[in-house]
Amino acid sequence: MSSILVVNAGLLTTLQDGGRWGYQQFGIPVAGAMDRYGLELGNLLVGNSRHEVGLEFTYIGPTIKFLDKTSFAITGGDFQPQLNDKKVKMYQTLYANKGDILKFSNPIKGCRGYLTVAGGFDVEVVMGSKSTYLRGGFGGFKGRKLKEGDIIPIQQIPLNQKPTTKIIPVDMIPQYENSKTIRVILGPELDRFHKKGIETFLKETYKLSNQWDRMGYRLEGEKIQHLDGADIISGGINLGAIQVPGDGKPIIMMADHQTTGGYTKIANVISVDLPYLAQMKPGDEINFKSVSLEEAHQLLRKQETKIVDLQNRFNEKDRVISGSANASMRIFNITVKGKEYQVIVEERE
Amino acid sequence: MDELKFIPTGDNGIIIEVGKEINKETNKKIRALIYCLQNEEVNFAEIIEMIPTYTTIMLIYDPTIIKYKDLVAKLSKIEEKIEETILPPAKVVHVPVVYGGAYGPDLLNVAKHNQLTEKEVIQLHCSNQYLIYMLGFTPGFPYLGGMKEKIATPRLEIPRQTIPAGSVGIAGNQTGIYPIDSPGGWQLIGRTPLKLFDPERSPVVLFQAGDYIQFEPITEEEYKRIEGASRVGEYQVKESLMEGRVNHV
Repeated sequence: MSSILVVNAGLLTTLQDGGRWGYQQFGIPVAGAMDRYGLELGNLLVGNSRHEVGLEFTYIGPTIKFLDKTSFAITGGDFQPQLNDKKVKMYQTLYANKGDILKFSNPIKGCRGYLTVAGGFDVEVVMGSKSTYLRGGFGGFKGRKLKEGDIIPIQQIPLNQKPTTKIIPVDMIPQYENSKTIRVILGPELDRFHKKGIETFLKETYKLSNQWDRMGYRLEGEKIQHLDGADIISGGINLGAIQVPGDGKPIIMMADHQTTGGYTKIANVISVDLPYLAQMKPGDEINFKSVSLEEAHQLLRKQETKIVDLQNRFNEKDRVISGSANASMRIFNITVKGKEYQVIVEERE
Repeated sequence: MDELKFIPTGDNGIIIEVGKEINKETNKKIRALIYCLQNEEVNFAEIIEMIPTYTTIMLIYDPTIIKYKDLVAKLSKIEEKIEETILPPAKVVHVPVVYGGAYGPDLLNVAKHNQLTEKEVIQLHCSNQYLIYMLGFTPGFPYLGGMKEKIATPRLEIPRQTIPAGSVGIAGNQTGIYPIDSPGGWQLIGRTPLKLFDPERSPVVLFQAGDYIQFEPITEEEYKRIEGASRVGEYQVKESLMEGRVNHV
């Protein structure tokens, strides 16, 4: 069985997939990747299903030793990945030999990275998901963040399903910024806010505070005025909901958010902008822009079509090139005029 | 019956407002609506989650396969069926509790605050069947209604750092059970050996919104016996149906 060894765990490295859906009615948060788009692209590059589990690391990346030959990919924020001290590219399929060491530097763009491996990590499925829910202490690898010395097994894939080399088209690679306009749909408790409060929310710039975790982001900035108090009868909370408690400072609900709550919600971040939010860090600036439900749906459908098209193209490539059980792949590291290149030769029968 | 109100919450959520106040009538309508949607599951493949709460249901749907207004139209049709829905009788889950002592260090507080004896507090706490309005806050935490005013007690002034899983407490006019170890300021009156939440078990939580809870006093010996039996999966949680009552809406 293939596996990886955690040489250094980084700040907060957990296993996350597309999330644990269907259990919010029991008070169980969805969890899953903060930047689901990043995780999905990573999975496509290694021939996995879109929502397969990957390694999510935050702010300080881990150091990983591959204990076997492994196809992998790195997506999300730019942590300048290096394989055996040589810089490797993000957003494309990469190959490691037994004993290779993968390292990361400080992120120059974004703050969450994803490592996906062909086959996905072989951990127990808890309530339909491999995601780690830290506060509950379950899912992922032993219900906790990874630490030095952990060995994470990789799900074995049939030889003829070995992924071919793929590259994410440039127009699909997100550009993470330190300052960003995040689009929202106003409501559901819009009628609980003063007109001036809504204006403030849409006009002012908010700063991400250092109370910033997988559960939620507290923002700093101009106070948002309520009409008559900040409390409502406890109700369901959606991912990306923007709660405004009594102090008038917004809190955005992220992947590990509680399922119910009693603060008024002024707006909800739209699905396609959640990955950008997931990549922001303390001190980054956010402006909110209201869009219609129709516009949000159009954007989401457009993105969905792009991902599905890419997946189909990738599958077709895999089918043609490695459909044969005898297909093999060889990796050469060559130097031309002092520059290092990795050359992958895919052979068909 | 009041008309349902639909409010978008983000681009993949709908809040269905069923009522304005926390009461049994609203809860029944919520249960009936969920029951109808579950019965017609095949026609609602776009619904990913249904989260019932005090006065609303939050639905999560897949907007890549249905438009908001089409889903609202479909849901509005279901509304007509609620009136004629006959719900199956509600389930009562019996929760054994050892009261007082180290298991319920604030039992005396609650008794003193209400000028009662400890025994009277236990009696009053067990005299009611509590409706589970919703689950939330932490995995498996039941929001209960129906506690007697006579034992209402304010929260502790200084919350405890850790409250062990299974602790039964009172906060204001609410009572509840902590499913997992957590900090909190409730007045602790007892503890149940039942595991409210266990990710390894199926079902992972003991309760569902719409069920009732009946607390039953037990001794420390029984507590230990049930705890041991639960650990090896040999304890059968006692359940019954609401007495001779079919819950019409």
